[in-house]
Amino acid sequence: MEIPYSVKAHPVTGVPNGKLGIWLFLASEVMLFGALFSSYVLLRVGADVWPHGRDVGLSIPLATLNTMVLIASSVTMVMAWASLKMNEFSKFKLYLGLTVLLAFGFLVIKAFEYEAKFSHHIYPGTSTFFAIYFTLTGLHGLHVVGGILVNSYLLLPGSKLWKKEPERFTNRIEYAGLYWHFVDLVWIFLFPVLYLL
Amino acid sequence: MSVDGAEDIRKHVKVYIGVFVALAALTVVTVGISYMHLPALWAILFALLVATVKGSLVACYFMHLISEKSVIYWVLVLCLIFFVFLMLIPVATSG
Repeated sequence: MEIPYSVKAHPVTGVPNGKLGIWLFLASEVMLFGALFSSYVLLRVGADVWPHGRDVGLSIPLATLNTMVLIASSVTMVMAWASLKMNEFSKFKLYLGLTVLLAFGFLVIKAFEYEAKFSHHIYPGTSTFFAIYFTLTGLHGLHVVGGILVNSYLLLPGSKLWKKEPERFTNRIEYAGLYWHFVDLVWIFLFPVLYLL
Repeated sequence: MSVDGAEDIRKHVKVYIGVFVALAALTVVTVGISYMHLPALWAILFALLVATVKGSLVACYFMHLISEKSVIYWVLVLCLIFFVFLMLIPVATSG
């Protein structure tokens, strides 16, 4: 049975069902991260002293590099979608492959950061600051892993759909892209909040 | 920003590159300012302002919110109301 309105816009909403679905999911994600940001503010306002990220050993150069990596991956993701729109499948493969590689790069840099903390016996239980630091960056990291899984599927077995239903496949890439840009957007706020303020 | 034809997309690619350059530059600016040791209130306001501009660029251009259908805007307006409420809880309950 064919899934209705996976390519054409639904007459009531004006968008394909998948697009409305991914935006509703992202709205729920805003509330998830919003709850944690709200907790961060509550903890910070209630604390007598709140450490500056760099004063407790967080590496600003590494976090800056990671920000650049994630921004670059957002560009390659949107370029992957644009390539499909221009009917250039080989370029799509290149850009989506780069997106996955950059996502791995982000996780590797993050792993170095975590390792530096663990080697100094700094864990989530060390302080309130590190509790919220590990919670926020850990949850964000899990979202990066989720993005890698989805994008890898769409890059390899999932890309077979391009030959049968190119418009439907292009829409899938757009929805995966919306998720990936959201992951980038969350990091854009996490970076100054945890490292620079 | 309409996303209909291949020719339109080619024009948009230039916009994507421009947004990337802007995001990278704003990242450098926000890191640079953080080393200037501004008073806490100004540092927070400035960092959040830059992050909001960067986030808006991502949402408007990479996520195409600049030319989205009204149903998506309504979903996001509803989400924004709840988000603002969530952010006001710590402020309203502190002190």
